[in-house]
Amino acid sequence: MSFEIVLIGLATVIISAAPIVFAVIGETFSERSGVINLSLNGTIVLSAMISFAVAVHTNSLIFGYLSGMVVGAILAWIVAFSSISLHQSQVAVGFVLTETALSLAYFLGSPYTNSQGPTIQRVPIPLLSSIPVIGPLLFNADPLTYLSYLLIIGAWIYVFKTRPGLILQGIGERPAAAFVRGANVNRLRYMYTILGGALVGLAGPIFSLGVKAGWKGTISGLDGFGWIALSITIFGGWNPVRAAFGAYLFSLLQWLSLIAQPAFPSIPGAVLQVAPFPLMILTLLLVNISDAEWVNRTLAGMPESTRKVIARILRALHASPPAGLGIPFENE
Amino acid sequence: MQVELHDIHKTFGPVYANKGLTLVVPSGMIQGILGENGAGKSTLMKILSGFIQADRGEIILNGKQVVIKSPADAIKHGIGMLHQDPLDFPPMQILDNFLIGHSGGIFPQKIKAKREFLNLAKEFGFSLDPNNYVDALTVGERQQLEIMRLLWLGVDVLILDEPTTGISAEQKKKLFETLRKLAAGGKTIIFVSHKLEDVGDLCARVAVLREGELVGSMEPPFDNEKLVEMMFGKVIVQPQLQTIKPGECVLEMRDVAIEDYRLKMSEINLEAYAGEVIGLAGMEGSGQSLFLKACAGLLRPVGGAVYVHNENMTGKVYRSFLQRGVAYLPASRLEEGLVPGLTLSEHFCLADGNTGFFIDRKQNLALTNTRIKDFNIHGLATTPVESLSGGNQQRALLALLKDKLSLILLEHPTRGLDIESAIYIWRKLKARCNDGTAIIFISSDLEEVLNYSDRILVFFSGRVSRPIRADKTNVEELGELIGGRGWTKLAT
Amino acid sequence: MLQKQTSRWVNLGFQFLAILVALAFTTLLLVLSGAPPIQAYKELILGAFGSIDNVSNVLIAWAPLLITTAGLLVTFAAGLWNIGIEGQITLGAIFTTWVLRSFENSSLSPTMIIILSIVAGMFGGMLWASLVGVLKTFGGVNEIFGGLGLNFIASTLVLYLIYGPWRRPGVASLSGTEIFPNRLWLPSISNLGISPWAFALGILGILIIYFFLRGTYIGLKLKAIGKNIRSAHTLGIPTWQYMMLSFMICGLFAGLTGALQVTNVYHRLLPYITSGYGFLGLLVAMLINYQAIWVAPITLFYVALNVGSVQLPIALKLDSNLSGVLQGFLVLFVLLMEGVRQKLTRKV
Repeated sequence: MSFEIVLIGLATVIISAAPIVFAVIGETFSERSGVINLSLNGTIVLSAMISFAVAVHTNSLIFGYLSGMVVGAILAWIVAFSSISLHQSQVAVGFVLTETALSLAYFLGSPYTNSQGPTIQRVPIPLLSSIPVIGPLLFNADPLTYLSYLLIIGAWIYVFKTRPGLILQGIGERPAAAFVRGANVNRLRYMYTILGGALVGLAGPIFSLGVKAGWKGTISGLDGFGWIALSITIFGGWNPVRAAFGAYLFSLLQWLSLIAQPAFPSIPGAVLQVAPFPLMILTLLLVNISDAEWVNRTLAGMPESTRKVIARILRALHASPPAGLGIPFENE
Repeated sequence: MQVELHDIHKTFGPVYANKGLTLVVPSGMIQGILGENGAGKSTLMKILSGFIQADRGEIILNGKQVVIKSPADAIKHGIGMLHQDPLDFPPMQILDNFLIGHSGGIFPQKIKAKREFLNLAKEFGFSLDPNNYVDALTVGERQQLEIMRLLWLGVDVLILDEPTTGISAEQKKKLFETLRKLAAGGKTIIFVSHKLEDVGDLCARVAVLREGELVGSMEPPFDNEKLVEMMFGKVIVQPQLQTIKPGECVLEMRDVAIEDYRLKMSEINLEAYAGEVIGLAGMEGSGQSLFLKACAGLLRPVGGAVYVHNENMTGKVYRSFLQRGVAYLPASRLEEGLVPGLTLSEHFCLADGNTGFFIDRKQNLALTNTRIKDFNIHGLATTPVESLSGGNQQRALLALLKDKLSLILLEHPTRGLDIESAIYIWRKLKARCNDGTAIIFISSDLEEVLNYSDRILVFFSGRVSRPIRADKTNVEELGELIGGRGWTKLAT
Repeated sequence: MLQKQTSRWVNLGFQFLAILVALAFTTLLLVLSGAPPIQAYKELILGAFGSIDNVSNVLIAWAPLLITTAGLLVTFAAGLWNIGIEGQITLGAIFTTWVLRSFENSSLSPTMIIILSIVAGMFGGMLWASLVGVLKTFGGVNEIFGGLGLNFIASTLVLYLIYGPWRRPGVASLSGTEIFPNRLWLPSISNLGISPWAFALGILGILIIYFFLRGTYIGLKLKAIGKNIRSAHTLGIPTWQYMMLSFMICGLFAGLTGALQVTNVYHRLLPYITSGYGFLGLLVAMLINYQAIWVAPITLFYVALNVGSVQLPIALKLDSNLSGVLQGFLVLFVLLMEGVRQKLTRKV
């Protein structure tokens, strides 16, 4: 394989990672504030379908993207309302929503199956795109991909460097302490869950108006990405940059399985294409294994030098969730 | 600022927490508020600091009536509160902790904030590194951080809720020094405590609360006996607990080394004998919890050996310890001890160590009713444990213990309990000692450690003292030791 | 006592309201998509109960969902979200197919082969479920994500088998493996396909679970773990072993479901062999608030919706996922209404 082809392939990897980047960063915001939005899998499929239908009717990409965000925001609002205001289990509501949204997408989408709709085009950025290697890799993409770069950087700066970002960390970590510092914990949780949902909702149209253009009902191939995004959020340790890295890693695995296919003629294509899904979820093993009791017990039984090295590796991989994640807050 | 509270009422369900309380604190005064657990001190202070709202009553600041809707509102009015467990963000940096809640533009001016932080720290003689993380601090240092933060936000009234629990003698001295300085500068200090000696040392006036009502007020010189009578409404006789002659060795730690990612302890040696009570003193996070977990098999030591009844138990799991008569009672009763949602009888069913397949309901009910009576638990067999009061939950936990035990390990056995419950718990525990059980317990209340222990181990940032005989030491010495002072003297 | 009775009526009122709201939303959806709602509902009912064939289809589908849901109550009791149930059903189906294929031409009696295959299916489900438990206990991976990963692997495995070693001679396609000969089908009444054996297994399953969770020490210990795992550990319950046990019990049930899907419903291995019963069972369990007595009627209602909706595309050009929408709305609004009720009654 020549260098150019690899480069083109890697550029596609980056473009196809864009929807996952939006979804994981959206979920990162939501979980940082203390709310798990487990409805991602349904949200992405439903927003892909609705935005595609909107784009077909209005012939406008912009309206397509906006409608996707609205769908995501509405579903996130339901999660926020039921958990923050009604104290219902976030996992239960999220799971029900994901299943309902999937059925809803297939039900409402059936008239649009195989319709022709608008798709987004690549817009190379002048000057930047002519830089060798980096240009074709990063700057010969579509506007949403560029937006995803900005999102990664912007989200990181917001969470770790700004005043509202510090409060966001606070309400997820220890809501009571944020409350005595003047934060309206529940209102902020609503806000970030809805904002996060809108970002997740944008992942739908990025698929249906670009990366996987069109709507093909149950064989659209979108079912599953939401679960992946959720596991990458954990893998990313609730840090936008590390989460984005996870998204690119997943996208890379998908591409590799595609190019590896001719090398394994005996394995059906369908098998290799789904391979990255389990792999990605099993990476959680690396992130979480230091939580397991036997690991700590075994470590304690090892000689000091070995113990130190392994403990350090595990701690580098490990990611702790915000301490207030999933716990409702009420000031007495 | 002059603070006036008029006729404050607050109920939680059927319970009256504050019943028409009136209190006036003039500017520049250090006002003590004394009362035992559950007397309504914390509720009153939470109302003043905006954490909760009163059902009825007025708050008047400098002669102007105000409504305080939230803690942020209170800060705007110049009232700040330091909570018993400082409300901060342990995994975050000190400087970030300092900044959260401070208003301003999108990007905080970290350099300016750091400068002001260091100035404040210098003014009060606190040594805190703004780049360090809060989870590396002791409770005393976290208090210092909170005080600085509240002053930075410009509060005129500082409320402190039980600030002397779990801090060292030196930290206490520094705290009192700081508070006196602030009061001299015109700040109003409200100091909430159940410890007579602290209030006596510091306050210019003390108000006593009991069962939600103000029962009296006193100015120096304080008459301690009278204060005690006001606090409890009657004379409480601390039962004279006899010391039990220690029997055989039930637990032996031989050159044990323990570590977690923060702390390292090594060469710990201890022999605990049947009938003996060993108290573990230290500031929170000094290693005593790790030690207790190692005694229970919940944590595997990285070196040395643990023997229970001369059987080598090193590396065995908690359940093996349990089977050999070692019981562990954690501090947070509803999080680590009892199962909310299950009834008392279901708890006895679980703890009974039965071997059958189907539950024998009749036998279970009989057992439950006997235990409820024996341990004076105010509840029925069908009562879910979460609706019991704190004292009843602790009694239930004791009632769940097996009849024959070699060793009971307890974390903060009387935390949050009123004095009578605490006395009851200790009476039951001492009765266990009589039956040949050894007890090892952690408490941040040095008085409790001193009163109930036969021997004491002091912990300071991973260092463990040799066992000290309780009758050969006093609160002052322990206070110095938990702050890391006087160890050289101890070694000799 | 009186208070207790009124609160029961209030509960029922809220649940009724939830059902009405769910129906209202579904109706709105039908109107929006230009379909006559009354007729759509009529088609749904007719599709489920309109003919003997339809009724028998409902009854055939009932046993697997009943068994799956019964099994899920065990993991729910231990506070575990066994989302990996789909994969466990799939593995049950794979193991059953494997035994049927291996002994198809052996001298064993068909009855023996069927029993063996069902036992193998249960074992397969249990195996897959214990993997979720292993990942959770020894890897620290939350069972939701471990389960999802194993679901993906299980469905990939089916694809591999169908296109690979078990493909039909000549054509490898999504329509699955070669159909088994009649003698390897679970015996059923005449040609309706309803098997009394499947029925009996379903009823027996839910009864076992009901008594297991209600009256045994193990059931109580699982409940303690589910409500507060740290306290359960302090009380001396071997928590991870019991969680593992609950996964394995649920896996046995899931595997049985998979076995029935092969021996009684499809008579071959298909890519979508679970019929989505795993996730549907999770929904039903949530809807009935994990109470075993409601499993049988509600699962019957849910499979009736599934079977009834098959007619919709033909009769009204409506997508059959309407049933999924209604099923989801019901659970969603029952959960929300429960929250509203708790909020209102707490204030009083």
